Parts: sequence; structure tokens; C-alpha cells
Amino acid sequence: MHTDLSTILAVLGMGAATYLTRVAGLFLSTRIRIGGRGEAFLRGIPGAILIALIAPAVASSGPADALAAGLTVGAAVLSRSLLLSMIVGVAAACLLRGWIGA
Amino acid sequence: MRATASLALGVGAYGMVYGMLATQKGLSLLDCMLMSGVVFAGASQFVVLDLWSHTLPVWTMILTVFVVNLRHVLMGASLRGWLAGVSPAKAYGSLFFMVDESWALSVGDFSRGGRNAAFLLGSGSLLYFAWNLSTVLGATAVSALHDPARWGLDFAFVAAFLVLLVGMFRGREDILPLTVAAAIALLGEHFLPGKWYILLGGLAGGTVEALRHAD
Repeated sequence: MHTDLSTILAVLGMGAATYLTRVAGLFLSTRIRIGGRGEAFLRGIPGAILIALIAPAVASSGPADALAAGLTVGAAVLSRSLLLSMIVGVAAACLLRGWIGA
Repeated sequence: MRATASLALGVGAYGMVYGMLATQKGLSLLDCMLMSGVVFAGASQFVVLDLWSHTLPVWTMILTVFVVNLRHVLMGASLRGWLAGVSPAKAYGSLFFMVDESWALSVGDFSRGGRNAAFLLGSGSLLYFAWNLSTVLGATAVSALHDPARWGLDFAFVAAFLVLLVGMFRGREDILPLTVAAAIALLGEHFLPGKWYILLGGLAGGTVEALRHAD
């Protein structure tokens, strides 16, 4: 168990920078008056971030992952259960990569 | 919270890999614990490992982490309808625990009509516990989970985000902003370093909605 001053300073700096990004959105959006357009902008963000998070992984995936992604969506549409759909997706990815290759 | 528990398994797998990689990069166990405990943002922690050297480029590291985590600004803003209703201490305290996964789960709960703002704190603190525990495990023990991809656990994140996206999908009006967001994210991922593509994709989807609102 050891560390040094510059590491502690770097970690605290990185922690502060990260916390700043976490609170800035709420802080700014509750202080700046937002019109209908701004509301529409904020409403569009969650889905857009979700699809942006996964787009590169899905686009570059091989047949096994693409099929697993399809099965996950199918399970989600049918079951509406996050847990069940995730189990389907992870199990499919694990098995299909073994069978048809990543 | 069952959904959070299943995501915590995926987070834990990556926490172990983080602990192992960080140890190989020369971070002490205490350094690893400080990073995961204070910063608690997986992607940026991995990225900044590349900068770890004998003399730390402290400002470069802080700036890098800040840029990688800029997407949090949009995520936090999107939780406004939820967090504006609780005391500032609770809201800003809960936001410490906002990571991609706890944010996505919270937004999912919100879009299904959930109005309990403690959801973010609950799911986020469970993921915090998993991330920190697994960091220590990875840093101290050589793990059998050397490669999370072997068990399909890397797919847990894609699966979770896909399911949440299905839950949020309102119909045909969502196709255009989502397509634009995905296209911009793919371009960003191809041409820009790091995690800019997430921020750009989010901005693109929001912009489409804002432009359409004027119609």
C-alpha cells in the first residue's frame, strides 16, 4: 500500500474533473431558461446517446455478435424485461462466438 | 434493482480487468483503489492508463479524463426532469454515481413512468461497489476472467443498451434522430480519438429533435 503526492494530486484532479462533468448538465439546465426547442433538444439526447454508445460495437461486430444483438432486441420486444433480454444476449454472444466464430 | 445486479456483473468483469491492467502499468493497489473510488468512470480510467509513466503528466491526465467524460454533461441535463424535484444535496450527491449504466437504467425507469429519483443513487451505488470491489480483486489476484469477451460478458453492455433503447422507442418519429445519431457516432468513432463519438452522437440526435420542433 503506497502512493505518492503527484499521484494523489492527479487522482484528485481527475476525480474533480469527472464530478464537474456529472453535475454540469443539471446545474446549467436548471439555471438557463430553456424554450420549446431546448426541451426538444434535451428530449432527443437519451436515445441518441444510447445508440451512439453501441453503434460502433454493433457496426463492427461479426456475424455472431450481430445475431446476438438481433436476438437481444427480439427478446426485449417480446418480454420487455431487461434482465431476461440481457441473459439471452450474453448467452447468445457466448455460444454463437463459439459456434460460428466472432 | 435486479437489472442493476446483472449489469453489476458486467461492470465487475471490467473492474477486474482494470485492476490487472493498472497493476501491470505500475499502479500500486492503493493507486488503483484511489482511481476507482475517486474517479469512478471506467472508460476514462482505462484511457488515462496510457498516460501513466514515471513522472505523471498531471494536467494532460486531468484534461483527458475531462474530455472522455464530457458526455456526462448531456446525460445529467437529460435527468433534469427527475432531479430538479429533489433537494440540491440529494441531486448533486446522486450525480456522483452517474455512469453510463446507471444513467441508462434511470432514463429507462423514467421513460416507463418511474418518478423515484433515488433510482440513480441506488443503481449507481451498487455499480460503485461492484467497480471498486472488482478493481481490488483484479489488482490483487490473477483472475480467471482474463478475457471477459470469452464469456460474452463484454456483450452485456451492448445488450443492456439495446434493451433500454427498445424500451424508449416511441415509434416512427424516433427513426430519424436515432439514425442520424448512429451515423454521426460511427463517423466520429472512425475519425476522432477517444470517446468524442458518444458526445457527438448525443448532440446530433438532440439537434434533429430541436430542428424538427420548429416545424
